[in-house]
Amino acid sequence: MSNMQNFSKGFFKENAVFVQLLGMCPTLGVTTTAFNGLGMGLATTFVLLMSNIVVSLIKSFIPDKVRIPAYIVVIASFVTIVDLVMAGYLPELHENLGLFIPLIVVNCLVLGRAEAFASKNGLIPSVFDGLGMGLGFSMALVMLGGIRELLGSLSVFGIQLIDMDGILLFILPPGAFIALGFLIAFINHLRKTT
Amino acid sequence: MEYAIIVFGAIFVNNIVLNQFLGICPFLGVSNKVSTGIGMTGAVTFVMTIAAIVTYLIYKYVLLPLDITYLQTISYILVIAALVQMVEIILKKISPPLYQALGVYLPLITTNCAILGVALLVISNDFNLMESVVFAIANAIGFGLALIIFAGLREHMDLMDLPKGMKGVPAALVIAGLLSMAFMGFAGLV
Repeated sequence: MSNMQNFSKGFFKENAVFVQLLGMCPTLGVTTTAFNGLGMGLATTFVLLMSNIVVSLIKSFIPDKVRIPAYIVVIASFVTIVDLVMAGYLPELHENLGLFIPLIVVNCLVLGRAEAFASKNGLIPSVFDGLGMGLGFSMALVMLGGIRELLGSLSVFGIQLIDMDGILLFILPPGAFIALGFLIAFINHLRKTT
Repeated sequence: MEYAIIVFGAIFVNNIVLNQFLGICPFLGVSNKVSTGIGMTGAVTFVMTIAAIVTYLIYKYVLLPLDITYLQTISYILVIAALVQMVEIILKKISPPLYQALGVYLPLITTNCAILGVALLVISNDFNLMESVVFAIANAIGFGLALIIFAGLREHMDLMDLPKGMKGVPAALVIAGLLSMAFMGFAGLV
Protein backbone atom coordinates (compact mmCIF):
# COMPACT_ATOMS: atom_id res chain seq x y z
CA MET A 1 0.00 0.00 0.00
CA SER A 2 1.38 3.43 -0.86
CA ASN A 3 1.86 6.15 1.74
CA MET A 4 -0.92 8.14 0.18
CA GLN A 5 -3.34 5.27 0.66
CA ASN A 6 -2.14 4.78 4.24
CA PHE A 7 -2.95 8.40 4.83
CA SER A 8 -6.26 8.70 3.02
CA LYS A 9 -7.91 5.47 4.23
CA GLY A 10 -8.49 7.02 7.65
CA PHE A 11 -10.87 9.62 6.26
CA PHE A 12 -13.47 7.57 4.49
CA LYS A 13 -12.75 3.92 3.76
CA GLU A 14 -11.62 2.96 7.28
CA ASN A 15 -12.80 5.97 9.24
CA ALA A 16 -12.42 5.22 12.94
CA VAL A 17 -15.81 6.52 14.01
CA PHE A 18 -18.10 5.96 11.04
CA VAL A 19 -16.81 2.62 9.81
CA GLN A 20 -14.82 0.93 12.58
CA LEU A 21 -16.86 2.34 15.47
CA LEU A 22 -13.74 2.87 17.59
CA GLY A 23 -13.30 5.59 20.16
CA MET A 24 -17.02 6.07 20.71
CA CYS A 25 -16.75 7.41 24.27
CA PRO A 26 -14.91 10.66 23.42
CA THR A 27 -16.89 10.92 20.18
CA LEU A 28 -20.15 11.11 22.10
CA GLY A 29 -18.84 12.73 25.24
CA VAL A 30 -17.04 15.87 24.09
CA THR A 31 -18.81 16.86 20.88
CA THR A 32 -21.15 19.46 22.34
CA THR A 33 -19.46 22.05 20.10
CA ALA A 34 -17.34 21.82 16.95
CA PHE A 35 -14.41 23.43 18.77
CA ASN A 36 -14.39 20.83 21.55
CA GLY A 37 -14.54 18.13 18.88
CA LEU A 38 -11.56 19.66 17.11
CA GLY A 39 -9.56 19.92 20.34
CA MET A 40 -10.23 16.31 21.27
CA GLY A 41 -9.51 15.16 17.70
CA LEU A 42 -6.15 16.92 17.56
CA ALA A 43 -5.15 15.71 21.04
CA THR A 44 -5.93 12.15 19.97
CA THR A 45 -4.10 12.65 16.66
CA PHE A 46 -0.96 13.74 18.53
CA VAL A 47 -1.07 10.71 20.83
CA LEU A 48 -1.80 8.38 17.92
CA LEU A 49 1.01 9.78 15.77
CA MET A 50 3.60 9.69 18.56
CA SER A 51 2.62 6.23 19.78
CA ASN A 52 2.70 4.91 16.19
CA ILE A 53 6.21 6.36 15.74
CA VAL A 54 7.54 4.95 19.02
CA VAL A 55 5.89 1.56 18.62
CA SER A 56 7.16 1.14 15.06
CA LEU A 57 10.69 2.01 16.24
CA ILE A 58 10.81 -0.25 19.30
CA LYS A 59 8.72 -3.13 17.99
CA SER A 60 11.71 -5.45 17.52
CA PHE A 61 12.89 -4.97 21.13
CA ILE A 62 9.60 -5.85 22.80
CA PRO A 63 8.97 -9.52 23.64
CA ASP A 64 5.75 -10.65 22.06
CA LYS A 65 4.10 -11.61 25.34
CA VAL A 66 4.33 -8.21 27.00
CA ARG A 67 3.70 -6.10 23.93
CA ILE A 68 0.24 -4.85 24.94
CA PRO A 69 1.34 -3.54 28.38
CA ALA A 70 4.39 -2.00 26.69
CA TYR A 71 2.21 -0.21 24.12
CA ILE A 72 -0.09 0.99 26.90
CA VAL A 73 2.85 2.55 28.78
CA VAL A 74 3.98 4.34 25.60
CA ILE A 75 0.46 5.64 24.97
CA ALA A 76 -0.09 6.65 28.60
CA SER A 77 3.17 8.67 28.58
CA PHE A 78 2.04 10.72 25.59
CA VAL A 79 -1.43 11.16 27.08
CA THR A 80 0.18 12.57 30.24
CA ILE A 81 2.20 14.99 28.08
CA VAL A 82 -0.96 16.16 26.29
CA ASP A 83 -2.80 16.45 29.60
CA LEU A 84 -0.12 18.64 31.20
CA VAL A 85 0.52 20.80 28.13
CA MET A 86 -3.19 21.40 27.59
CA ALA A 87 -3.75 22.24 31.26
CA GLY A 88 -0.92 24.78 30.99
CA TYR A 89 -1.70 26.48 27.69
CA LEU A 90 -5.39 25.81 26.96
CA PRO A 91 -6.99 25.66 30.43
CA GLU A 92 -10.47 26.38 29.10
CA LEU A 93 -10.44 23.54 26.58
CA HIS A 94 -8.86 21.28 29.22
CA GLU A 95 -11.76 22.09 31.54
CA ASN A 96 -14.34 21.31 28.82
CA LEU A 97 -12.81 17.99 27.81
CA GLY A 98 -12.20 17.09 31.46
CA LEU A 99 -12.16 13.40 32.15
CA PHE A 100 -11.86 12.48 28.48
CA ILE A 101 -8.24 13.66 28.23
CA PRO A 102 -6.79 10.95 30.52
CA LEU A 103 -9.26 8.55 28.92
CA ILE A 104 -7.43 8.81 25.57
CA VAL A 105 -5.33 6.00 27.08
CA VAL A 106 -8.21 3.57 26.73
CA ASN A 107 -9.36 4.87 23.35
CA CYS A 108 -9.42 1.61 21.39
CA LEU A 109 -8.40 3.51 18.25
CA VAL A 110 -4.92 4.33 19.60
CA LEU A 111 -4.14 0.87 20.93
CA GLY A 112 -5.80 -0.66 17.88
CA ARG A 113 -3.46 1.15 15.44
CA ALA A 114 -0.40 0.32 17.57
CA GLU A 115 -1.32 -3.37 17.55
CA ALA A 116 -2.74 -3.68 14.04
CA PHE A 117 -0.46 -1.35 12.08
CA ALA A 118 2.60 0.14 13.80
CA SER A 119 3.75 -3.19 15.23
CA LYS A 120 3.87 -4.68 11.72
CA ASN A 121 5.11 -1.74 9.63
CA GLY A 122 8.09 0.58 9.43
CA LEU A 123 8.41 4.16 10.56
CA ILE A 124 7.25 6.04 7.44
CA PRO A 125 4.03 4.07 6.78
CA SER A 126 3.21 4.28 10.51
CA VAL A 127 3.55 8.06 10.45
CA PHE A 128 1.14 8.32 7.53
CA ASP A 129 -1.24 5.82 9.09
CA GLY A 130 -1.25 7.65 12.42
CA LEU A 131 -1.77 11.04 10.80
CA GLY A 132 -4.53 9.81 8.50
CA MET A 133 -6.39 7.88 11.17
CA GLY A 134 -6.06 10.74 13.65
CA LEU A 135 -7.21 13.42 11.23
CA GLY A 136 -10.06 11.19 10.04
CA PHE A 137 -11.10 10.83 13.68
CA SER A 138 -10.85 14.63 14.13
CA MET A 139 -12.96 15.14 11.00
CA ALA A 140 -15.67 12.87 12.39
CA LEU A 141 -15.63 14.69 15.74
CA VAL A 142 -15.80 18.12 14.11
CA MET A 143 -18.70 16.95 11.90
CA LEU A 144 -20.66 15.59 14.85
CA GLY A 145 -19.77 18.58 17.04
CA GLY A 146 -20.73 20.96 14.23
CA ILE A 147 -24.10 19.32 13.70
CA ARG A 148 -24.88 19.30 17.42
CA GLU A 149 -23.76 22.90 17.87
CA LEU A 150 -25.71 24.07 14.82
CA LEU A 151 -28.95 22.35 15.83
CA GLY A 152 -28.53 22.88 19.54
CA SER A 153 -27.52 26.53 19.73
CA LEU A 154 -27.71 27.74 16.11
CA SER A 155 -24.01 28.64 16.05
CA VAL A 156 -20.86 27.39 14.27
CA PHE A 157 -17.48 27.37 16.07
CA GLY A 158 -18.95 29.68 18.70
CA ILE A 159 -20.27 32.26 16.20
CA GLN A 160 -23.98 32.81 16.65
CA LEU A 161 -25.79 32.59 13.29
CA ILE A 162 -29.35 33.41 14.29
CA ASP A 163 -30.25 35.05 17.58
CA MET A 164 -32.70 32.38 18.71
CA ASP A 165 -32.78 29.33 20.96
CA GLY A 166 -31.86 26.07 19.25
CA ILE A 167 -33.09 22.56 19.96
CA LEU A 168 -31.57 22.13 23.40
CA LEU A 169 -31.84 18.34 23.15
CA PHE A 170 -28.87 18.16 20.77
CA ILE A 171 -26.53 19.68 23.35
CA LEU A 172 -27.74 17.23 26.01
CA PRO A 173 -26.58 13.59 26.14
CA PRO A 174 -29.53 12.05 24.18
CA GLY A 175 -28.75 14.36 21.26
CA ALA A 176 -25.25 12.88 20.99
CA PHE A 177 -26.60 9.37 20.46
CA ILE A 178 -29.33 10.43 18.05
CA ALA A 179 -27.13 12.76 15.96
CA LEU A 180 -24.38 10.13 15.66
CA GLY A 181 -26.95 7.48 14.75
CA PHE A 182 -28.29 9.50 11.86
CA LEU A 183 -24.80 10.61 10.78
CA ILE A 184 -23.61 6.98 10.56
CA ALA A 185 -26.80 6.02 8.73
CA PHE A 186 -26.12 8.80 6.20
CA ILE A 187 -22.48 7.69 5.73
CA ASN A 188 -23.65 4.07 5.34
CA HIS A 189 -26.06 5.22 2.66
CA LEU A 190 -23.27 7.09 0.82
CA ARG A 191 -20.95 4.09 1.03
CA LYS A 192 -23.56 1.78 -0.43
CA THR A 193 -24.48 4.03 -3.32
CA THR A 194 -20.93 4.99 -4.37
CA MET B 1 -28.20 9.38 53.71
CA GLU B 2 -24.98 10.47 52.05
CA TYR B 3 -24.51 6.97 50.64
CA ALA B 4 -28.08 6.94 49.37
CA ILE B 5 -27.36 10.12 47.42
CA ILE B 6 -24.19 8.63 45.93
CA VAL B 7 -25.99 5.43 44.95
CA PHE B 8 -29.06 7.08 43.47
CA GLY B 9 -26.98 9.72 41.72
CA ALA B 10 -24.64 7.19 40.13
CA ILE B 11 -27.34 4.77 38.98
CA PHE B 12 -30.04 7.12 37.72
CA VAL B 13 -29.13 10.79 37.60
CA ASN B 14 -25.59 10.60 36.23
CA ASN B 15 -25.82 7.19 34.64
CA ILE B 16 -22.31 6.26 33.61
CA VAL B 17 -23.27 5.10 30.12
CA LEU B 18 -26.25 7.20 29.14
CA ASN B 19 -25.18 10.45 30.75
CA GLN B 20 -21.39 10.37 31.04
CA PHE B 21 -20.61 8.33 27.90
CA LEU B 22 -18.21 5.93 29.61
CA GLY B 23 -18.13 2.30 28.58
CA ILE B 24 -19.85 2.86 25.25
CA CYS B 25 -17.80 0.15 23.49
CA PRO B 26 -19.15 -2.78 25.54
CA PHE B 27 -22.53 -1.03 25.65
CA LEU B 28 -22.76 -1.26 21.86
CA GLY B 29 -20.63 -4.37 21.45
CA VAL B 30 -22.07 -6.97 23.80
CA SER B 31 -25.67 -5.83 23.99
CA ASN B 32 -27.13 -8.19 21.42
CA LYS B 33 -28.54 -10.54 24.03
CA VAL B 34 -29.73 -10.04 27.60
CA SER B 35 -27.70 -13.03 28.81
CA THR B 36 -24.36 -11.65 27.56
CA GLY B 37 -25.32 -8.30 29.05
CA ILE B 38 -25.68 -9.93 32.47
CA GLY B 39 -22.29 -11.66 32.12
CA MET B 40 -20.57 -8.43 31.19
CA THR B 41 -22.22 -6.61 34.09
CA GLY B 42 -20.91 -9.22 36.52
CA ALA B 43 -17.37 -8.89 35.22
CA VAL B 44 -17.50 -5.08 35.26
CA THR B 45 -18.88 -4.95 38.83
CA PHE B 46 -16.10 -7.23 40.02
CA VAL B 47 -13.23 -5.38 38.36
CA MET B 48 -14.59 -1.87 38.88
CA THR B 49 -14.94 -2.31 42.65
CA ILE B 50 -11.49 -3.83 43.12
CA ALA B 51 -9.93 -1.26 40.77
CA ALA B 52 -11.51 1.64 42.67
CA ILE B 53 -10.14 0.33 45.99
CA VAL B 54 -6.64 -0.37 44.66
CA THR B 55 -6.27 2.89 42.73
CA TYR B 56 -7.60 4.84 45.71
CA LEU B 57 -4.96 3.30 47.97
CA ILE B 58 -2.23 3.92 45.41
CA TYR B 59 -3.23 7.55 45.05
CA LYS B 60 -3.48 8.12 48.79
CA TYR B 61 -0.40 6.24 49.95
CA VAL B 62 2.00 6.32 47.00
CA LEU B 63 1.29 9.13 44.57
CA LEU B 64 0.34 11.84 47.08
CA PRO B 65 3.14 11.34 49.65
CA LEU B 66 5.78 11.17 46.90
CA ASP B 67 4.21 14.14 45.10
CA ILE B 68 4.07 12.35 41.76
CA THR B 69 0.36 12.73 40.98
CA TYR B 70 1.21 13.43 37.34
CA LEU B 71 1.86 9.69 37.04
CA GLN B 72 -1.81 9.05 37.83
CA THR B 73 -2.90 8.03 34.33
CA ILE B 74 0.06 5.73 33.69
CA SER B 75 -0.05 4.03 37.09
CA TYR B 76 -3.82 3.56 37.01
CA ILE B 77 -3.94 1.94 33.60
CA LEU B 78 -1.08 -0.41 34.51
CA VAL B 79 -2.78 -1.35 37.77
CA ILE B 80 -6.04 -2.02 35.97
CA ALA B 81 -4.36 -4.12 33.27
CA ALA B 82 -2.50 -6.15 35.90
CA LEU B 83 -5.63 -6.45 38.00
CA VAL B 84 -7.68 -7.86 35.14
CA GLN B 85 -5.00 -10.49 34.49
CA MET B 86 -4.84 -11.36 38.18
CA VAL B 87 -8.61 -11.60 38.57
CA GLU B 88 -8.66 -13.90 35.57
CA ILE B 89 -5.99 -16.21 37.03
CA ILE B 90 -7.49 -16.27 40.53
CA LEU B 91 -10.99 -16.85 39.26
CA LYS B 92 -9.78 -19.73 37.11
CA LYS B 93 -8.28 -21.43 40.19
CA ILE B 94 -10.91 -20.66 42.82
CA SER B 95 -14.20 -20.71 40.96
CA PRO B 96 -14.23 -22.40 37.56
CA PRO B 97 -18.00 -21.93 37.09
CA LEU B 98 -17.70 -18.17 37.66
CA TYR B 99 -14.69 -18.10 35.35
CA GLN B 100 -16.74 -19.92 32.72
CA ALA B 101 -19.43 -17.28 33.02
CA LEU B 102 -17.22 -14.18 33.07
CA GLY B 103 -14.08 -15.44 31.32
CA VAL B 104 -14.65 -14.11 27.82
CA TYR B 105 -15.55 -10.65 29.09
CA LEU B 106 -12.53 -10.13 31.33
CA PRO B 107 -9.88 -9.33 28.67
CA LEU B 108 -12.24 -6.76 27.14
CA ILE B 109 -12.40 -4.87 30.39
CA THR B 110 -8.86 -3.46 30.30
CA THR B 111 -9.86 -1.05 27.58
CA ASN B 112 -13.27 -0.34 29.06
CA CYS B 113 -13.05 3.35 29.82
CA ALA B 114 -15.70 3.04 32.53
CA ILE B 115 -13.17 1.35 34.83
CA LEU B 116 -10.47 3.99 34.44
CA GLY B 117 -13.15 6.69 34.40
CA VAL B 118 -14.57 5.63 37.77
CA ALA B 119 -11.06 5.39 39.25
CA LEU B 120 -10.38 8.98 38.14
CA LEU B 121 -13.82 10.25 39.23
CA VAL B 122 -13.28 8.86 42.72
CA ILE B 123 -10.22 11.10 43.09
CA SER B 124 -11.79 14.19 41.52
CA ASN B 125 -14.90 13.81 43.74
CA ASP B 126 -12.68 13.59 46.83
CA PHE B 127 -14.37 10.47 48.23
CA ASN B 128 -13.06 8.47 51.18
CA LEU B 129 -12.46 4.74 50.86
CA MET B 130 -15.95 3.61 51.86
CA GLU B 131 -17.62 6.18 49.60
CA SER B 132 -15.35 5.06 46.76
CA VAL B 133 -16.46 1.45 47.15
CA VAL B 134 -20.13 2.45 47.23
CA PHE B 135 -19.62 4.75 44.25
CA ALA B 136 -17.91 2.00 42.22
CA ILE B 137 -20.61 -0.58 42.96
CA ALA B 138 -23.40 1.90 42.20
CA ASN B 139 -21.77 2.82 38.89
CA ALA B 140 -21.42 -0.85 37.99
CA ILE B 141 -25.13 -1.33 38.74
CA GLY B 142 -25.92 1.73 36.61
CA PHE B 143 -23.84 0.27 33.79
CA GLY B 144 -25.62 -3.06 34.14
CA LEU B 145 -29.06 -1.48 34.23
CA ALA B 146 -28.44 0.52 31.06
CA LEU B 147 -26.83 -2.46 29.31
CA ILE B 148 -29.61 -4.92 30.16
CA ILE B 149 -32.48 -2.57 29.25
CA PHE B 150 -30.67 -1.77 26.01
CA ALA B 151 -30.05 -5.45 25.23
CA GLY B 152 -33.73 -6.14 25.79
CA LEU B 153 -34.67 -3.40 23.35
CA ARG B 154 -32.16 -4.59 20.78
CA GLU B 155 -33.51 -8.15 20.86
CA HIS B 156 -36.79 -6.75 19.59
CA MET B 157 -35.06 -4.48 17.11
CA ASP B 158 -33.93 -7.43 14.98
CA LEU B 159 -37.51 -7.95 13.88
CA MET B 160 -38.11 -4.36 12.82
CA ASP B 161 -38.28 -3.28 9.22
CA LEU B 162 -35.70 -0.51 8.80
CA PRO B 163 -34.15 1.38 5.88
CA LYS B 164 -30.90 -0.30 4.82
CA GLY B 165 -28.57 2.44 6.04
CA MET B 166 -30.20 2.54 9.48
CA LYS B 167 -29.82 -1.18 10.16
CA GLY B 168 -27.55 -2.23 13.01
CA VAL B 169 -25.50 0.40 14.80
CA PRO B 170 -27.30 3.58 13.64
CA ALA B 171 -30.66 2.31 14.85
CA ALA B 172 -29.04 1.09 18.08
CA LEU B 173 -27.61 4.57 18.65
CA VAL B 174 -30.99 6.22 18.14
CA ILE B 175 -32.54 3.77 20.62
CA ALA B 176 -29.73 4.57 23.08
CA GLY B 177 -30.61 8.24 22.60
CA LEU B 178 -34.26 7.57 23.49
CA LEU B 179 -33.15 5.55 26.52
CA SER B 180 -30.89 8.39 27.56
CA MET B 181 -33.82 10.76 27.23
CA ALA B 182 -35.84 8.55 29.55
CA PHE B 183 -33.06 8.67 32.13
CA MET B 184 -33.03 12.47 31.89
CA GLY B 185 -36.34 12.34 33.74
CA PHE B 186 -34.27 11.74 36.90
CA ALA B 187 -32.26 14.94 36.40
CA GLY B 188 -32.35 17.30 39.35
CA LEU B 189 -33.48 14.66 41.85
CA VAL B 190 -30.15 14.65 43.65
